[in-house]
Amino acid sequence: MHTTIYSARKIITMNASRPNATHVAVRDGRILGVGSLDELKGWGPHELDDRFANKVLMPGLVEAHAHLMAGGLWRYTYCGYFDLRDPDGRNWPGGRTLEAVIGQLSSSSARQADGPLLGWGFDPIYFGDQRVSRNDLDRVSTARAVGVLHASGHILNVNSFLLEKAGLLRAGVEHPGMPLGADGLPTGELKGPDAMTAAFAIVGLDRSFLSGDEFGVRAFAKLAVRAGVTTSTDLAATLLEPELDSLLSITAEDDYPLRLVPLLRLIGMTPTQAVERSVALSSRSTERLRLGRIKVVADGSIQGFSARMRWPGYFNGAPNGLWYTAPETIRDCYTLALQSGVQVHTHTNGDEATELALDCLAAALKAAPTRDHRFNLQHCQLADAAQFRRMKALDMCVNLFANHHFYWGDQHYSTTVGPERAERMNACATAQRSGVPFTIHSDAPVTPLGPLFTAWCAVNRLTSSGRVLGAQERISVADALQAITLGAAYTLKLDHEIGSIECGKRADFCVLDDDPTEVPPEQLKDVRVWGTVQGGRVFQAPQLA
Amino acid sequence: MTARPADVLTPTLIVGGYLGAGKTTLVNHLLRHADGRRIAVMVNDFGELTIDADLIEGADGCVLALAGGCVCCSFGSDLLGALQDVLQRQPPPDLILIETSGVALPAAVARSARLLPGLSIEGIVLMLDAETVRQRSADPYVGDLVRQQLLDADLLILNKTELCSPTTLAELNAWLPSMTTAGTPVVPANQARVPPELVLGFHADWAANPDGATGDALARWAAQPITHPITPPIAAAADRFVNELLELTAPLDPQQLLAALTTPDAGVVRAKGWLTDLAGQRHLLQQVGRRIELQPLAPDARPPGPDRLLVIGLAGVYRYGQLLLNK
Repeated sequence: MHTTIYSARKIITMNASRPNATHVAVRDGRILGVGSLDELKGWGPHELDDRFANKVLMPGLVEAHAHLMAGGLWRYTYCGYFDLRDPDGRNWPGGRTLEAVIGQLSSSSARQADGPLLGWGFDPIYFGDQRVSRNDLDRVSTARAVGVLHASGHILNVNSFLLEKAGLLRAGVEHPGMPLGADGLPTGELKGPDAMTAAFAIVGLDRSFLSGDEFGVRAFAKLAVRAGVTTSTDLAATLLEPELDSLLSITAEDDYPLRLVPLLRLIGMTPTQAVERSVALSSRSTERLRLGRIKVVADGSIQGFSARMRWPGYFNGAPNGLWYTAPETIRDCYTLALQSGVQVHTHTNGDEATELALDCLAAALKAAPTRDHRFNLQHCQLADAAQFRRMKALDMCVNLFANHHFYWGDQHYSTTVGPERAERMNACATAQRSGVPFTIHSDAPVTPLGPLFTAWCAVNRLTSSGRVLGAQERISVADALQAITLGAAYTLKLDHEIGSIECGKRADFCVLDDDPTEVPPEQLKDVRVWGTVQGGRVFQAPQLA
Repeated sequence: MTARPADVLTPTLIVGGYLGAGKTTLVNHLLRHADGRRIAVMVNDFGELTIDADLIEGADGCVLALAGGCVCCSFGSDLLGALQDVLQRQPPPDLILIETSGVALPAAVARSARLLPGLSIEGIVLMLDAETVRQRSADPYVGDLVRQQLLDADLLILNKTELCSPTTLAELNAWLPSMTTAGTPVVPANQARVPPELVLGFHADWAANPDGATGDALARWAAQPITHPITPPIAAAADRFVNELLELTAPLDPQQLLAALTTPDAGVVRAKGWLTDLAGQRHLLQQVGRRIELQPLAPDARPPGPDRLLVIGLAGVYRYGQLLLNK
């Protein structure tokens, strides 16, 4: 029965009854106590560990909306505009011009003997009006397939070789997702999931890619350590047996540093099958793999114009988006899940999708009255104040996409939803005023995993052009830190185990070099993460140049 | 098995319709009356489609092996990948049916499927639940979707008519033309039991049976008198459909024939055949409701016999021989 007491410069506990401390005692991977050294000595023999004496400890951060694919993508070439560190801590400088991106891809092409070449994280909106075509990517290679996935995940640029291989380098292609050049041939810009899937297999992004391979599961965990994250969801998993076996065995390894919460996506099965599968999965949960939740996707995305909008629709007049799941299916799923005690998280981007989810849950609760179900709306970007009041009335939680403001807020302001609704997007302050339990997320790999950055977004609401978008919806640093710890844990029904540093909970800590409550709010994103402690095990993030 | 000529594309139909319209019932009905055709049914997922258990012979991941050489494949979010897989099956399917999800726009699915070389997208058959379609078309959440599905359709099957009063049916028949693209025929049905040829068309392996061997529905049709009730198993269909074999004895202007076939009052719901244009080029013609595909045939393609056209028309609307008079 070994006890370790860690000293720290400061411990931010997120426990309101004892908010700060200097020492935390850990036994069997759990928190024995938090307080002063004198108080903790009462637990008996212990080892005093001073390695964090100059660090600040927080509860391990909880990312309630990310995808394991954020790890797997590091197999491929990063083509983003902003600098980004890979799972091993190496910095990949952003490509600030199209030339720079082509240069990065060309270097990768030179290093790689054969096979398709894939880039990701591309975001040419920062290059002005410049459109990227197959001719640009032909400069990388004319002898291998080259594809570059945009950061939004909604567009794939490909080269001529790939188009030829897909049988698409021909006249007469008619598809709204495949613009044609002056020569009548596709330009190589594939927009939307339908057009992109025509090329996915050729660039190596086949169906199995999404289910998180071994490399991806490990790489994702390294990203988590770097971000101070000790628990993360994988928000849309298929959880077939081979994938499950792989997740069970990897997460059981002694040095796997993350608690994973994969959600079963309601696709390819009926609501009955999904609920039965979730109940069965739930009993196979382990300490580091938490199973038994369902994800439903109601609509598409706002920047892809596939989100379902209420009147008056898109600011630029684009037609309304698409339902990804039928209303009847959502309602049936909710009812069955309530009856079986399975938690459901529903992706809604547009406010009509949110309204539908609220209607469906209201109906389901009549059929299966349930307390404390904590059904979540995920993204829920456009909800208005009345919808937040309904969420409260229905006992819902919400996970808002704070990072979106920084990356796409300017587009939402000018094009997709217009100024007024752009300012109310991801309304953390309204959620708080309405009493709706909430958290905030990255949706990695759509935006980088990093809850402190996400907290910075919710606190400052700055866009990449520097505009404050929706000053009234900013929240305090303390509330943002709550959202990425105990708040997130609550939405996952894990708040009795994680999310705060207090007696009895898991010894999950985020280890920081700086104090997030002391730095100016606009520097919250720059707080340095040393690593994590997960279940009492210490993981230092690699420190590379 | 004779290899099919390179210029013969795999006929592909989209079966759309909102939840509960009877898409699954239709697919099962068609599989039961495949009549030797190797049909590949593509479904979003096996969860929504319940193929009748007695038709299933085996399962392998995303593919169910069905009676008579048919298969059912689930495509999830990767329709094109699944279609590519199914085209590479040996032996290849004679016909592909893509059953879309209830909230999909069939025209969008058709546009995506057209990206694949090797397929001939013949048209969109939309199933409607006669009891609920009007109400659904005004639903605040899915009304726009249902209305768009109606506009996308090339051929409507108005299902569950047995559950509606004659008054309701009369109102529906008056209402539907205002919701669809001009010339979209409406076929009433009970439990989705329509003549299989309405959806499946005529046998696709005609090129392998140039002499009209047995088992070739087209040849069987050709052997019939000029007019006769549509073949069993749907005896009740006899009073709703008529068919005609048109012998095309001379080259003609395809545009004139196309115009005649698609005139809304022509009453044509399905047609297949081949013709020679005024320049001497032969073409394959396929019609599904308001949509016609005309594909030039390679010089070495071997259609069975002389130019002719098989037409299924709506009884009481279709007028025998009128199409040729328009020449």
